[in-house]
Amino acid sequence: MEFLVSETRLDSGSRWLLGHAVAVFAFLYLPIAVLILYSFNGEGVGGFPPHHLTLDWYRTLFADGPIWDSVLNSLQVALAAMVISLTFGVPAALALERAQFPGKALFRRLVLLPLILPGIITGLSLLMLFNVMGTKLSLVTIVLGHGTALISVATTEVFAGLQKLDRAQEEASLDLGANYWQTFWRITVPNLKLPIIGAALLIFTLSMDEIAVSFFLIGRENTLPLEIWGRLRRGITPEINAVSTIIFVFSLVAIVLWYRLRVRGERAAEGTK
Amino acid sequence: MFSRAYKAAVTLPPLVWVTVFLLMPYLLMFCYSFWSVSASQTIEHSWNLANYGQLLRVEVYWQTLLRSMWIAARVTIFSLLLGYPLAYFLSFYAGSKKDLLYQLVIIPLWVSYLVRAYAWKTILGSDGVLNTLLQYVHLTKHPLEFLLYSPFAVVLTLTHIYTPFAFLPIYAALEHIPRNLVEASHDLGATPGQTFWKVIFPLSIPGVVAGATFAFVLSLGDFLAPLLLGGPSGIMISNIVVSLFGAAYNWPLGAAISFCMLLLVVSLLFFSERLEKKWSFS
Repeated sequence: MEFLVSETRLDSGSRWLLGHAVAVFAFLYLPIAVLILYSFNGEGVGGFPPHHLTLDWYRTLFADGPIWDSVLNSLQVALAAMVISLTFGVPAALALERAQFPGKALFRRLVLLPLILPGIITGLSLLMLFNVMGTKLSLVTIVLGHGTALISVATTEVFAGLQKLDRAQEEASLDLGANYWQTFWRITVPNLKLPIIGAALLIFTLSMDEIAVSFFLIGRENTLPLEIWGRLRRGITPEINAVSTIIFVFSLVAIVLWYRLRVRGERAAEGTK
Repeated sequence: MFSRAYKAAVTLPPLVWVTVFLLMPYLLMFCYSFWSVSASQTIEHSWNLANYGQLLRVEVYWQTLLRSMWIAARVTIFSLLLGYPLAYFLSFYAGSKKDLLYQLVIIPLWVSYLVRAYAWKTILGSDGVLNTLLQYVHLTKHPLEFLLYSPFAVVLTLTHIYTPFAFLPIYAALEHIPRNLVEASHDLGATPGQTFWKVIFPLSIPGVVAGATFAFVLSLGDFLAPLLLGGPSGIMISNIVVSLFGAAYNWPLGAAISFCMLLLVVSLLFFSERLEKKWSFS
């Protein structure tokens, strides 16, 4: 398609498209840039131009016990949610690809629904369930909420991976006398390594960031987004910018690592062909 | 090749989990919507349609629902207007920079939703970045008050959040268009405009429908952006639900509204799936 690019590079249509793309990127990154910039602003979260650039807000942040407690809570919740979502999401993908059973269409829709459903509906319906069952709200209820809602992510990713998978290897393994359990762990899972790791990372970050479901299932201990939410309502300082900046940097590192892993995996896959 | 035992082993655990933690809660929400709250603040398990009657009768409920749909519709339109040309540019004109630019669209998704809404608040506030900038360059003398605590702020913030969501399926659809179709159109003498409207755009419609559905449904159910930036005129239907489950303590009425939202979402998904199928070419 090179000819299309070179032929039309200078026409007004593509120049308009380029300008539009630049404007959209500016729009997408403006709040992030402001957020990071004002985490160094001595004068508070607003006010142009920024004054007295300082690291004070980071210092306040590192001395802030409740924030770090909530970070710890969020990390625990995200890890536990990841385990639940993968434990049920990977078999669900296998079931959808390989088994026929009554209610399969409904099952598929139900599993995927939380992906598109506004979090408030998932959160409230679970709140009613826990209320009827007499379960006290705590980090455990949040884990159940996140774990359940994010099964959809594990299932979608793994299902896509399964469709590219060559079944011959599994067949060979079974023919050569391995049982299903061995075949699952030694053939199926290693072949699905990339989609599973991808799903795990995605579930982890989505859970760290989740607020709409957690909002209704929270007990006494806060997750990080709910801790931030509580502070936003009390009045805002650049400390929130500072913690957001740190999380952003961590997420960026995670994406870059994941991206390199995937590129290496794809190269390896091409090498074996 | 897979035995019955294998199929049962992969099917039953997720099936049971999903039944307990997804299906039952939705059904329970449906049950709750017929119950009521007694004078002593306990839930009465008597079945009637009073909650649904109230939804139809009390203006503020369906007016707020209509306003939410109008806000969601604006968010959808703006997200498509921003997302479609961007996806088209990346897919057809970005050349070797394609992958990098694609990652650049995704990265904002990794900044917490809440944090991005908060960032807009610090930009739009009366002593926020934008107002102080305007005064700094002497464009305005007083802060523009309409920027924050208005439906405008909600639409702007939600558009910012859902533009990448609208972009992704459109980009995927554009990437799947066989390039020889585009070449054939050029070779047969179509202008770039004709090629776009007669070949590319029709083939990208499934992506547009998917992107629009994402943006509409997710912004329709949002309650955090309105709480943070909406002010009294930017209240959305989910905010009413939140207050019914909180201070107003009327879970059954809240459940009735939630269930209507659930029905609305599911029927929208149904229609968008039909539309996507109708317009898909493979």
